Parts: sequence; C-alpha cells; structure tokens
Amino acid sequence: MGILVDAGTRAIVQGITGREGSFHAAACMDYGANVVAGVTPGRGGQLFREQVPIFDSVEEAVRETQPNASLIFVPPPFAADAIVEAADSGIPLVVCVTEGVPVQDMVRVYRYLERKNTRLVGPNSPGVINPGANCKLGIMPGSIHQPGRAGVVSRSGTLTYEAVHQLTREGIGQSSCVGIGGDPIIGTGFVDALRLFDADAQTNLVVLIGEIGGSMEQEAADYIRESFSKPICALVVGATAPPGKRMGHAGAIITGRNATAASKIAALQQAGAKVIPTPADIGSTARSVIDHL
Amino acid sequence: MKVHEFQAKAIFSRYGIPVPRGCVASSAGRAARIVGDLGGKGVVKAQVHAGGRGRGGGIKLVTSPPEAEEFVASLIGSNLVTPQTGPDGVPVKQVLIEEPVGIDRELYLAVTLDRAQAMLVLLASHAGGMDIEEVAAAHPEDIYSESIDPLLGLMPFQSRRLASKLGLAGPAAREAWAVMGAIARIAVELDCSLVEVNPLVVTTSGAMVALDAKINLDDDGLFRHQDLMELQDPSQEDPREAEAAALGISYVNLDGDLGCLINGAGLAMATLDLTQTVGGSPANFLDVGGGADEEKIAAAVKIIVSDPKVTRVLINLFGGILRCDVAARGVVQAFRETGANQPLIVRLLGTNMEEGQAIFRESGLPVAFADTLTEAANAIHQSA
Repeated sequence: MGILVDAGTRAIVQGITGREGSFHAAACMDYGANVVAGVTPGRGGQLFREQVPIFDSVEEAVRETQPNASLIFVPPPFAADAIVEAADSGIPLVVCVTEGVPVQDMVRVYRYLERKNTRLVGPNSPGVINPGANCKLGIMPGSIHQPGRAGVVSRSGTLTYEAVHQLTREGIGQSSCVGIGGDPIIGTGFVDALRLFDADAQTNLVVLIGEIGGSMEQEAADYIRESFSKPICALVVGATAPPGKRMGHAGAIITGRNATAASKIAALQQAGAKVIPTPADIGSTARSVIDHL
Repeated sequence: MKVHEFQAKAIFSRYGIPVPRGCVASSAGRAARIVGDLGGKGVVKAQVHAGGRGRGGGIKLVTSPPEAEEFVASLIGSNLVTPQTGPDGVPVKQVLIEEPVGIDRELYLAVTLDRAQAMLVLLASHAGGMDIEEVAAAHPEDIYSESIDPLLGLMPFQSRRLASKLGLAGPAAREAWAVMGAIARIAVELDCSLVEVNPLVVTTSGAMVALDAKINLDDDGLFRHQDLMELQDPSQEDPREAEAAALGISYVNLDGDLGCLINGAGLAMATLDLTQTVGGSPANFLDVGGGADEEKIAAAVKIIVSDPKVTRVLINLFGGILRCDVAARGVVQAFRETGANQPLIVRLLGTNMEEGQAIFRESGLPVAFADTLTEAANAIHQSA
C-alpha cells in the first residue's frame, strides 16, 4: 500500500552517471529501492556500482530490464527531452528532480503528456517515498521517515523533510510522501495526489503543504470539499513574501490575489481542512487530528 | 529577468509591432537634441525596472528642447520612487524620448502564463492604460482571454474574436490581429513570462501603436538567449540580491532586522512566517540551495551580515546533501573574515548535526542553539 511507488517498483535513473544522479541513485538503492537500470546517452554498456546496467537510451533500458518508473536527474536544458523519452517508451511513472526547466519546455511537455499514460511528478520535485515498502525515488533523507498511515503532499523539499521530521517525532509514521515540485507547471498536482491518497487504504490522514503562487491550493480546496473522504491538515507558507518576488522556487511568486498565502489558507479552511497555525505546529496539529479520529 | 521599456520596444520593432518614433538619451544635452529632432516636442520616460513611473514623476511631456534638458538633468543620476519601488527608489541612468501620439482609444494586451491551464494566455481589455490588477479585481468581465495551445500557437480566429470583443473593425482590427500574433510569438520564442502592451493605442489618425512595452524573461530559459542576457541591468536590482543571484543563491531583501540563512525555498518561507508570528521581523529571505559547500555558505553569510539593518542572525538548516559541519565551518569563516558580531540563533538538523554544533560551540561566537522550530521561535522572541 501507499501511493506511486512500492516494493514492486522497478526504477531506471536517467542521468545516473552525473554527480547528483549517481549520488542519489546510490542513496535510493541503499534505502531499498529496486534500481534496475541507468540511462546516459554515450555511456551504454557500463555498470553503475558494478551491478546496475547503463544504457544509451530509455528504449533499450525498457527492453532489457522492464522498468515501471523513471527518476530524472539530467541538467535543465535536457529535462524535457528526458521526460518525453521516458513517456515515449511507455514508462508509467516519471519523477523529475531537475530544477530550472524552462517554463515553455514544460508547457509543451504537459500538452504532450495529455495523450500518454505516463504520470509525471515534478519537475523540481524532491521525489516520492513509501517508507513501509522501503522504496524511495528521490533526494529526501530516508532516515527521517517511518512507516505509518499519514500521507504527505507538498510543493517543497526541505519543508517536506521538516514536516516528516515533526510527524515522526510525534510517533506518526507515513504511508507515502510526495513532493510535487516548486515550479509553475508540474505534472502531478495536489488534486491528483489527494485522489491517490483517498483511494489508498493505508492512508488515514493527509498533511498538505502549499505555498504562495498559482491557484493549486484553491483547486485542492474545491476537491477536498466535494470529494475527499479523509481528514486533512494544511499549511501554506509565504505569508511574509513581498508581491512580485520569486521566493526561491520558480513557482513561489505572488501575482494576483489567489496567489497569496491568506487566500489559499482561507480556501482550504472553508473546504474543511484543519489549518496548521505555524510551521512549528505540523506534528502537533496532525496529532490532534488523529486523536480525534 | 526584467528589461527596460526601450529594450522591449526594440524587440517589438523586430516583430513588426509599431512603436512611437523615439530615441534613448543618457544626458540632458542629448535629450535636448532628440527633442529638437522630433520637432520640438517629446514624451520623456525614465527607464527603470518599475511600474507606476507616471505617478512617480518619471514621465513628462516636454514642449521645447530646453524644457527637455532641464527635466532630464533632474532625472538622470537621481532615484525614481514610484508606488512599485521601495522608499529609496531605483536609479535613472537613461530616458526614452518619443514623439507625442494623439490618443483616441487605449487598449490592453498581454501574454502571460496561465498556470491552471499549463498554457500561455493572451489577455485583452478595452481598459488600457490602467492597472490591470485593479481592473481584474473590480471588473473581471472587462478582461477577455484566449489560451495559446503550444501545438498551434495563437490561431487567427482567436485574434479575430478578441479584436471583435474590443470593438475593433476595419484596418484597426487587422493591425490588432498582427500585434496579438506578434506578442504571442515573442512570448514563445524568447521564453517570456510576460509580454505586456499597456496601453496599445489607437491614434487619432487611426493607427495602432504600442505606447508602452513590458517584457519579463523566464530566468530558466535565458540560457537559450545569450543576446537577451546582455540586456540585464544590475543597477535596477537590490545590490545584495544581484550579488546573491550571481552566486546561485536566492535572496530577497526585506524590512526587518533578523538575518536569515536557510536551505530550501519552502523551509525558508516557513521560517520567515514563523519569525513573524512570534514578533520577529526578517531582514531577508535566503535559500542557499541544495548541496552548498563551505564557500557558498560563507558567501551567503557575508551578504546577510553586510546589511546594516541586521542585528541578529538565524540559521535554520535541514542537512541532507548539505552537511551541517560544512555549513557551520562556512558560517564561522564568514563571521571571522568580516568581523561580524551579531548574535546567532542556530538550528541544525540532519547530516552531521553534532559536528556542526561543536564547531559553533568552539568558535566563540555568541550562539543560542535550538533543536526544533518551536525552540527557534522562542529564541527569536526572547532576543527581540
């Protein structure tokens, strides 16, 4: 159980020979993820860690190793190509960690993926982890996680780790954690992730962490009000951000009224989510919700 | 990245969008000659990366070369304060001088990203010359939009539909179609996050002219546009923001006194929010980024403590790829090299946190440690 990845996940890593790709591919394997192949054009025939075969193309990797997920670490100019190559080869789950992908590339990739059966997580995503299945596809520190029943979905990296850390300290384990990415255009949004958590029998509570920019939290609020069946706690950060300034993430910028933290918090509260009062209260708020189940 | 109006208009011209006849001047004497060449009248517009220039006194119709000389002499070298700048304003190094245009109607056109649709969108309104955010809030029905499919680009029927909604007919409609198609192409081809014409005017002689031009470029797409990178004007940015950006550090200057060093944008925003809820006031947003080394941490700390309003420094790091001991050495190095003596509130978590804390303890710097965000908040509250 859990969402997106589990013990049956067979992953390839695109960009496995790069500095970040090799470091994190090894960390994912050490956590227990089944990395079946790597892809780096021009490096086909080599082995990663003397055991994982490297191929020149995703197509070859698919033919030889039958993966069902891909984790992407290639540099920003090549990320669109890597995502589309994975989708073209029929890989059902693509997690893109790369930060700094041009928005116009993502506009085209998003449109392309609409007629494919590939789910994209990211870009600019810390990845996904299922502690109960010892499976992580991403860059999060595995050690802070603990198996359990809380789902976490977030637009952030380190703030997600902070949330998980607080949950674990409260004795609240996680069914799965998904970093959907901090970019303006991303594949899997809050609503998609909430749908998966809603259908996941292991998850009995969801912690949602949003931020300024865009209107994805409002879309999540609409979905929560109409269809979501589980308790949910929500935090939206960026209340102190000045308008028009990009706060680290390309997507964290206030343009328009919906983009403010106050507007997003109000929407989530009206939809029935339990609002987490400050970023220090993620664990304690989740605890109080669980105690009232 | 923002570009100046005259730079945006040069791009407009390349794409066939009519702009007023004009010239850039960086001295009063040159300004007077330009106004002379334009027939004795001109509109002088300060070139700064901020809106609201008219209200800030940065735009003036001059009716003689001496008047141009006097006005431009007062502008160049001064800082222009507008409703969109801070109290210090932004420096004016050059002005754009254009021939005055007789205005019949003012329209609004823009291409921007519609995040919910994951597509660019063309926005049009007959409420040109106004703050479009205010129009959107008060009269959303006055703004018309067409999504731009990335496979198709803006289709001619979409331009026709918008022009018709704007009440344009005949030659004016045809000119509007051309401008719409051109700004859509600019946005896609040059990786823009915004292309805005406000106002697009129909002149008293029936011609269509882009009276103002605004182009914001997607920083992440800049690697494809070496020529556009040269349009960057660091004088228009906060000097610390510019310095940080050059180092690959996300820094935003804020009003408070608590300097902040954090890794990760989300955690940085969260820490700032928390600071404010306990009565503190952050001096900056700073995300040092993933995998920072000792030098990068030290550079980030130097930027923070170089800000005279910083009286204390909060360090909140969630070590992963970033090791806490490496970060601690970077912080201590920066404090030693700059002679900074502001008290520190330090919260380290994750990889090598004990080693990091030991480095701080042995440094002799005035450090208060916090284990959790709550403890950090309390420490901020107590030191306020």
